Amino acid sequence: MNDKANKIAYAVFALAVILLGWQVDNEYYLQLMIFIGLNTLLALSLNMLMGYAGQISLGHAAFYGIGAYVTAILTTTYQVAPLLALPAAVGTAMLVAWFVGIPTLRLSGYYLGMGTLGFGMIVHIVFREWSSLTGGASGFVGIPPLEIGPVVFASGKNYFFLVWSVVMLCLIMCRRIIDSRVGRALRSIHDGEKAAAAVGVDTKKLKLQVFVLSAGMAALAGFLYAHLVYFISPGTFSFVASIRIVTMVVIGGMASIWGALLGASLLTLLPEWLHAFSEFEMVVYGLILMSVMIFLPRGLTRGVLDVYERYRKSHER
Amino acid sequence: MSDNSHLLEIKDIHKAFGGVQALCDIDFDLEKDAITGLIGPNGAGKTTLFNVITGVFPADRGEIRLAGQSVNNRAVHERVELGIARTFQNVELFENMTVLENILVGLHTRTRCGMIDSILKFPRIRREEKQARKRAAELLEFVDLADYAPRRSSDLPFGWQRLVEVARAMAAAPRLLLLDEPAAGLNMSETRRLGDLIHQIRDQGITILLVEHDMSLTMSISDKIVVLDQGRKIAEDTPRAVQSDEAVMAAYLGKAQH
Repeated sequence: MNDKANKIAYAVFALAVILLGWQVDNEYYLQLMIFIGLNTLLALSLNMLMGYAGQISLGHAAFYGIGAYVTAILTTTYQVAPLLALPAAVGTAMLVAWFVGIPTLRLSGYYLGMGTLGFGMIVHIVFREWSSLTGGASGFVGIPPLEIGPVVFASGKNYFFLVWSVVMLCLIMCRRIIDSRVGRALRSIHDGEKAAAAVGVDTKKLKLQVFVLSAGMAALAGFLYAHLVYFISPGTFSFVASIRIVTMVVIGGMASIWGALLGASLLTLLPEWLHAFSEFEMVVYGLILMSVMIFLPRGLTRGVLDVYERYRKSHER
Repeated sequence: MSDNSHLLEIKDIHKAFGGVQALCDIDFDLEKDAITGLIGPNGAGKTTLFNVITGVFPADRGEIRLAGQSVNNRAVHERVELGIARTFQNVELFENMTVLENILVGLHTRTRCGMIDSILKFPRIRREEKQARKRAAELLEFVDLADYAPRRSSDLPFGWQRLVEVARAMAAAPRLLLLDEPAAGLNMSETRRLGDLIHQIRDQGITILLVEHDMSLTMSISDKIVVLDQGRKIAEDTPRAVQSDEAVMAAYLGKAQH
């Protein structure tokens, strides 16, 4: 239907990434854009679960952390090549999601929220307390940079292109799932689980599948994060981090692929812009998030489209 | 024991909720390619029986057999795959999806594309998607709503949403279609159209079990009527015979005297 519009959007997006990566030399800005990319991955992964399938997760940072810690331990403690650690990191998160998902996804609504919240806290405590393996509260130091063949992904530019290529691939992957039979079934669960089952959707299996997929993507972001900063600590993967991912999804727009990008960008950039307010930073931050929700309750993407529609209608008259 | 002409056998079904006996000793068969009307006063257990047949909850005792095969241990979605489709009393469309998408979800059990398939988009998946869309368009044509395919399902008037729900159930290519009060909320001309539609569905070789409060509709289109009262079957006969059945009259009139 809007296949063409989709392709144009991808092309514009790819062009923007190439132009930015090519033109921007300032390390600070590059770093900032890399973080937007990582956050986009996280928001996208949670959006598949929350926005499309309607299953809330308040513990998503746990999978982000598992991705980061597994690669950190493998590449540093056991000297495994990062490229081999990648499937292990993503696979571990997916396996954990599978085991956690079987009992947890029987819950729904607030209870699922509480269940995933508890899971996130447990994982965070494991990162902090299992010192011999994870370095404990003081963190894990000395993670090697990513190397693929002769290319070392150490400089800002290299990493920028790596992260954004991954983002692009994941965007396309999610778009394809959403537009398929599986995606429709996912959205049907969101609209009514009872009716979804009554038309033949195996809701339990599908929810588990999307949870596992979502965990895998979050772990991929964690892997990229670990090899970007070389140092990880439990604080990055705490409850607050989980809430931040949820906020990105809600602010950007639930059930919107591009919403993940918008939400991640806003939540990454806002704190940087708000430094000017010094001690009032958090107050202004909160006010902005509140106003977005009050005036654009369906999130930025839908909200902007709604405003545009209204504008067009008022001009037609 | 099982006879070829019986598509669905409902055998000695009991179901209690706490102390309330919702269904007691329910036992009847659905003839292949026939329309069976299930009637009874409010609270007679009609919807409960629907839920037992479709597998929403298990019966405490008894068995449901489809084409001679027990479906007792099958989950809701598995029963759809075996050929039991349904509509809901208060229309349960996927309201954030378009009319077309609703039908496409209805085709879920008749298509195969999995998560990995959808990412890799093999030619066979593209073909399947194309065929599914064609079939969905045919079904919308069948209920005369082809022009509304791209509309959000919740934007349609209630009576049309009903028809979308019927088309969605038909998409699963069922052998048995359970219609839960399909005429509720419809006006007279819509109800007449629904009656025709149910006949057409039966003529495609689909067996129908119909719960309906609109007596003139039920009596005119059903081949057989089963009457429930307070969780028990009190009559099973042709529409004409049921209308003059004393137990049935007592159940309905008795209610009125209270």
